Amino acid sequence: MNPLDSITGTIIAGVVLAFILAYVIKLIAGA
Amino acid sequence: MDILILDRWLHFLSGIVWIGLLYYFNFVQAPAMTAAAADKEGPGPAAISKYIAPLALLWFRWAALVTWLTGAYYLHAAGAYSLGGAFALGIGQNNVALTTIGMGAWLGTIMLFNVWVLIWPNQKKVLGIVAASDEEKAKAKRIAFLASRTNTLLSIPLLLFMGAAAHGLPF
Repeated sequence: MNPLDSITGTIIAGVVLAFILAYVIKLIAGA
Repeated sequence: MDILILDRWLHFLSGIVWIGLLYYFNFVQAPAMTAAAADKEGPGPAAISKYIAPLALLWFRWAALVTWLTGAYYLHAAGAYSLGGAFALGIGQNNVALTTIGMGAWLGTIMLFNVWVLIWPNQKKVLGIVAASDEEKAKAKRIAFLASRTNTLLSIPLLLFMGAAAHGLPF
């Protein structure tokens, strides 16, 4: 099942990705 | 007159047009088209395809380009950032604001690619602006849908990082 097929799945995936990338940013920037 | 502030203002304005229409497509038009197609007693989705979608796509794709260009100019011209540094994610610079805006810039760039390379050419087939067989239309519809949904997904971290570059991440 592709989360992009539902609006709810898309939003949840977007929020999860936001947190993952925010951690990546902190790692890269050494913050 | 501060050109940089006017540029940032235009970046916000065009960004709202772009992402507002993206959310319209995903949260309103696509579900409405599905419902209209399923409603055999109703007027059907033809009017949306003929009158609304082409106009919405016109504003959508040009707003996307203006948003990217004004954003790129801001990164180039603003003293706190640099275009190359942002796209290099500020690696080695220990600058969380530069890394944050750089991550947003990458997401925005991927989204611009999706608009002009995946969504618009495929929507032209779906809407009948260019000729396509039924099979080609079905394939184009799926590609455009997934690219549009991907952009909706990416807009969520994008908006966090665009604001967070100046105002901080939530943790």
